[in-house]
Amino acid sequence: MKLPPLDYICPATLTEAIAALAAYGGNAKVIAGGQSLVPMLAFRLAAPSVLVDIGRLPDLKNISISADGIDFGALVTWRDIERDARLAQAHPLLAAAIAHVAHYQIRNRGTVGGSMAHADPAAEMPGIAVTCDAMLTIVGPTGTRIVRANEFITGGLSTVLGADEILTSIRLPLWKKARRWAFEEFARRRGDFALAGVAAFYDIDAQGLAYNAHIGLIGVADRPMRLPGVEAILDGRRIDADVILQAAAVARDAVDPADDIHAEAAYRRDLLGVLLERALARAADIVLPEAA
Amino acid sequence: MISARALRLTVNGTQTTVTVEPRTTLADALRNELRLTGTHLGCEHGVCGACTVIVDGAAMRGCLMLAAQAEGREVTTVEGLGSAAHLSALQLAFRKHHALQCGFCTAGILTTAHALLTDEPHAGEDRIREVISGNLCRCTGYLPIIAAIMEARIAYSDVQCEAAQ
Repeated sequence: MKLPPLDYICPATLTEAIAALAAYGGNAKVIAGGQSLVPMLAFRLAAPSVLVDIGRLPDLKNISISADGIDFGALVTWRDIERDARLAQAHPLLAAAIAHVAHYQIRNRGTVGGSMAHADPAAEMPGIAVTCDAMLTIVGPTGTRIVRANEFITGGLSTVLGADEILTSIRLPLWKKARRWAFEEFARRRGDFALAGVAAFYDIDAQGLAYNAHIGLIGVADRPMRLPGVEAILDGRRIDADVILQAAAVARDAVDPADDIHAEAAYRRDLLGVLLERALARAADIVLPEAA
Repeated sequence: MISARALRLTVNGTQTTVTVEPRTTLADALRNELRLTGTHLGCEHGVCGACTVIVDGAAMRGCLMLAAQAEGREVTTVEGLGSAAHLSALQLAFRKHHALQCGFCTAGILTTAHALLTDEPHAGEDRIREVISGNLCRCTGYLPIIAAIMEARIAYSDVQCEAAQ
């Protein structure tokens, strides 16, 4: 499919980019890597009259780690994350999840900001952002605002971003060293969109009990979601096979996936339970008994 | 009507100017304006990998990048890898291993493998399989493709040795 007619501008500064978005009202769309937006244009699912390319804006390509957290400029690509040797230690959950994002050529060009702004319900980055309580920085004509990841995404492919606003960075809270974690995802082909995925982490106190449990899901609702019911089961418990099976049973009941061309609802529900069992077993470093 | 604009970019080592509408993808600009029809278009929405070209050293989907976004950048297409008279080591390995049948996907696989081995000349079989998973081939079953890329690695390692000396 060829793209519909549209205009293209490539501003040199963030201020110019925001002014351009404001000038075109709702008819402009921000493009960076374009790995989600260009297919949307090809399919006529998006029909802006102009693209504002933020791909050459300065200062949005950095990954920085400080006492405040880990900051990803909106233009950081999957390849940048993959190649940043610090992240295997600094945020192993993110590093593991990002390994599932798309294919080689797309990983070279797709950006974290684009993935967040696109808000695909099966995408890994929004899932990690919601699971880890990421904070997003959004810049618009009236200034800067900070939005929590779970409030940023309002539904399938929908966010709070205004037509004249640009997502400039994503901050993940610092990762605790001894944290237990796992990421599990199932897709028909590695790199394709997840049929379901689970991001899980918790900390262990001096008594060996779990606390601060965070369980996030992708691919089973119209947006990435946390499972507070499952987190409540894990917190304060020693994570063993019984707790894990109990958590998975609660998770299956807590989700209400839709039927679609890729999988029936019942399949996704069951898959999610299996993935959560695997994730928690891996995080706790135990082997679950084989199902009878 | 949005008018066409002139863009400057370097293609296979030669500075060139193309005049295209803003909606034109890089793959279409290469094929239709520069007549570099070695870059194939399969799905035109980023799934099949046939249109893969190398931009500033990184393999990218030519159908998911606007030509305008390539302004000022260095683009390598399959025509830049070798010629019919002088096949590259990678292309020779593809011929030797029968790593193509209909050939439609081959340009995208060659550019992908070239970018990979230039960057990671010692890529293992698992890494090669992972990278090639972004390219659909419906003829070969992939095994000859992987065998060819594995064999071609030595040529890229030599390049690195020469550069180090």
